[in-house]
Amino acid sequence: MRAATWLYIGAFLAFLFLPLAVVGFFAFNDADYPAPPWRGFTWDWFLGSAAAGRTGLFQDRELLTSIGTSAYVAAWVTLLAVSAGTTNAFLLERGRFRGKQALSILMLAPLVIPGVILGISILAFASRIADVADDVFGWDADWLRPGLPLVILGQFSYVVTIATLTISARLRRFDPTLEEAALNLGASRAAVLRTIMLPFLRPALLGSAAISFLLSFEDFNTTLMLVGSDAPLTILMYGRMREGATPVLNAVSLFLMAASGVLALTLLRRNSKAG
Amino acid sequence: MADAAATEHAATEHAAPGLAAPGPVAPSRWSGRIALWLLLAPALLWLLALIVLPHVELALLSFRERVGPRQYVASLAQYRTFFDEPLYWHVFIRTAWMSILSTLLTLLLAFPTAWVIAKIARGRAGALLFAVCLIPFWVSETVRTLGWIILLRESGVLPALLVKLGITAVPVELLYRDATILVGLVYTSMLFMLVPLVSSLESLDDSLIEAAYDLGAGGFAILRTIVIPHAAPGITAGCIIVFMLTLGNYLTPTLLGGKNSAWFTEQIYTQFITRFNWEQGAALGFLLLALSTGLVVSGLRLTGQRFGDVMRRT
Repeated sequence: MRAATWLYIGAFLAFLFLPLAVVGFFAFNDADYPAPPWRGFTWDWFLGSAAAGRTGLFQDRELLTSIGTSAYVAAWVTLLAVSAGTTNAFLLERGRFRGKQALSILMLAPLVIPGVILGISILAFASRIADVADDVFGWDADWLRPGLPLVILGQFSYVVTIATLTISARLRRFDPTLEEAALNLGASRAAVLRTIMLPFLRPALLGSAAISFLLSFEDFNTTLMLVGSDAPLTILMYGRMREGATPVLNAVSLFLMAASGVLALTLLRRNSKAG
Repeated sequence: MADAAATEHAATEHAAPGLAAPGPVAPSRWSGRIALWLLLAPALLWLLALIVLPHVELALLSFRERVGPRQYVASLAQYRTFFDEPLYWHVFIRTAWMSILSTLLTLLLAFPTAWVIAKIARGRAGALLFAVCLIPFWVSETVRTLGWIILLRESGVLPALLVKLGITAVPVELLYRDATILVGLVYTSMLFMLVPLVSSLESLDDSLIEAAYDLGAGGFAILRTIVIPHAAPGITAGCIIVFMLTLGNYLTPTLLGGKNSAWFTEQIYTQFITRFNWEQGAALGFLLLALSTGLVVSGLRLTGQRFGDVMRRT
């Protein structure tokens, strides 16, 4: 029984890690395709230049630009999602108004709408507005056409739900007597917010920022429908994988794994410190 | 003072609009209202501009037909095409079926692991195993799919291994099969099944199981009458999320299934982006949304759970 259990867990972990292991492994294979057999170790797929016939990650302008694009989009999505997530959390935890229940259910909706549908609906609606702006006012609303602003809005539309859930969960645990005491002692509302609420919410704010950044960086479905000429990394990688990839994709993947690993470790350490 | 306390009490009771503010200085009605509207503004802007109105637009698109340049009439033509064109509904049913299959497979594979994490390994070992199981999901789906391609394609790792072991004479192409798509989908969904399962199993009191053993119940009886009913909320939550994500997946079926993938999201993409036939694409999109919502709702009904509770669990 015990042996069978550990055998199962072993097989399960192999299933989980095998794909990642081969991706990392073949980033260093001295061959033109990420496939066996092993032909020796090389740094070509990181450092190689086009002149040498192998464009490595650090010489591949297109890839580097797309990493920059992804980071730009993710930074905006994070900023917007954490800000709106915070105001939503206060709204849900402190607000008293008719229809609050309905609003809180509606806020969860983006999680059950497939990303592709979020993408096409936002695309269609934005185009409608852009057409109206053009026809009626003669405005040229280019940012409402497929491109990075729409990608940012599309990703934001569901990432903010996750930020809202994370931050409200923390806010719910807040001890209101702290706030009362501060107000009793004559602190202004702004001071209470700055010196008590925000420090208390800090772990949730940082956590949701990290999750938002990661979700945005990795988003594919919504982005695919809204993307213009500037491709974020996931879209570019997808395109190259359909054409038949060179190991430079393994190199960039390894780079992503390292970045995610650092992010995960920082978060875990922070959490264990916060207790 | 008593008056203020009374109004505040009344406010909590009758949910008068405003913002709850503890403390002796109850904010004036006005400042409370202004604060409330300031907080409502981003939420309403988000939900209206990015969720509600876009879906209204999508619905309008799906119910019209182009009769000339920039001329449209209301019609059901788009939905009729869906039913008249076997390709569409074949792919639709296939997508639904494969998604259900992959959800069940994910549940089947994740359950023993969740059990080990929650009940056998326990404490630090359990937490460590759980953390290790979550690691792959910090990496993007694109990267994980690349891994599967390298493993499974004709010139890949597994076919080479099969030849070396003498199981096949020549490398076989393992990509572009339905089973491959299932493997990829199960892999990609694992996290969303594992997390709710572990959290629901962790709260199961061991003494219940011990008592059942003492009373002579067998392993299967315990699983059926104690474990599964207790874990039902987690199972439902996991299945709903996994089903929905699988149905809406694009990357895994198209890359692992290639030309044979025939996934419904792919058809939506083709109509919307490649053919620029937004009316048809919108109709297909709505059908996918209806399928997804329908199965989610019936899943909740079947197990008697509330949407909000399930979502908060994950």
